Amino acid sequence: MNENTTSNNTIGIVNYGAGNIFSLTAALDRQGISYGMVNNEADLEKYSHIIIPGVGHAGAAMQKLQQTGLVEAIKALTKPVLGICVGMQLLTDHSEEGNADLIGIVPIKTKLFDKALGIKIPHMGWNNVNFTNNSLFTNVKPLAQFYFVHSYFIEYNPIFDIASVTYGNKFSAAIQKNNFFGVQFHPEKSGEAGEQLLKNFSMIR
Amino acid sequence: MLSKRIIPCLDVKDGRTVKGVNFVDLRDAGDPVELAAQYAQQGADELVFLDITATHERRKTMIEMVKSVARQLNIPFTIGGGITEIADAEALLNAGADKISINSAAVRNPKLIEELAKAFGVQFVVVAVDTKHVDGKNWVHLNGGRLMTELQTETWIKQAEQLGAGEILLTSMDHDGTKAGFDCNLLKKVNESINIPIIASGGAGSMAHFTEVFQKTNVDAALAASVFHYGEILIPDLKQELSRHQIPVRI
Repeated sequence: MNENTTSNNTIGIVNYGAGNIFSLTAALDRQGISYGMVNNEADLEKYSHIIIPGVGHAGAAMQKLQQTGLVEAIKALTKPVLGICVGMQLLTDHSEEGNADLIGIVPIKTKLFDKALGIKIPHMGWNNVNFTNNSLFTNVKPLAQFYFVHSYFIEYNPIFDIASVTYGNKFSAAIQKNNFFGVQFHPEKSGEAGEQLLKNFSMIR
Repeated sequence: MLSKRIIPCLDVKDGRTVKGVNFVDLRDAGDPVELAAQYAQQGADELVFLDITATHERRKTMIEMVKSVARQLNIPFTIGGGITEIADAEALLNAGADKISINSAAVRNPKLIEELAKAFGVQFVVVAVDTKHVDGKNWVHLNGGRLMTELQTETWIKQAEQLGAGEILLTSMDHDGTKAGFDCNLLKKVNESINIPIIASGGAGSMAHFTEVFQKTNVDAALAASVFHYGEILIPDLKQELSRHQIPVRI
């Protein structure tokens, strides 16, 4: 793949009001990746790649996404989609946070960390990510650390897992089903490793 | 494995970093953006900016600074100082701050913690606590340690956790500035009583102090200012040293 292919790619960020996206757009700017906002269904057509950001409460985020009327259109997408943090959790069936039914693209569940395991909640900080051979992690160092901050996690399922992490128990740091990708950590805050991952995503075809 | 975090703290006044900063290759030591980028490159895991501006222009200046930092910085950062209401916090969030830290505003109005956590999530809310040992007990102090409150430190921190604090930044005023090491006894006690991350602050003078606080207390992060600003401890050296002691760090 050459520079020209990259420059033709433009990321659409689903703008549904769940958390601030300033840091994400700043990270894309630093990488020279062009982007725009997705406010309605027609906007989804404008971009080669889609990012679903998200911070905060998964149930509340799902409600906000439903209000945009974009859920069915997102489900039908065949272009690369990346959910970040709560944006990734939305791709799953269900979250224990607010006992909420989510988009359900990936048939797995989002669960609350178990205090009984002797861990602090939220899981906050840099943790080693054990990724499989996946184009999202091209040129990322094995067991590189990414920045996490979350109280709910995505259950490990070998069918969809492309990167795992251990905190109390082993769970998915990244998942994939067909053209849908999700990362639990924040690539926009994860130093060089995170920037590489965003670049990789923008080049996935 | 979750790494222990090393956090340089920068004081900011009128949008400029203050306190002597001693990096040789820094063009402008007062430029928060350049300084932040420098620390990120050295391997800092996170940064804290403490705003000590006292003027009416404070909020506007701060927002501009936060935006500039967020545009350049690829690691998380926290903003503290002068946050008294939801609107302050929301403006900082939208400008790209990852967390905000509240101190005296939380003591004066504990409900603020709850409101912030509800509005933006617990991960956004750091409660900073300045503590001093008086007559055999630990008391929360305000105004940089000058004003003693009637709150016992351990009780207040537990209350803050229940109200929705996502993290505690605990500064021992007895140790702050002494360079004699962190207050490991208190940190250990507090750390064992809560289930949210805790940042140790006050007293860092040598690399051994960082090793000690992580070995003795299991806190999640350690914060320092002058030892980093004056180049007395270089972050890459510190991380190597911690790693040699089997303390998990990001290198």
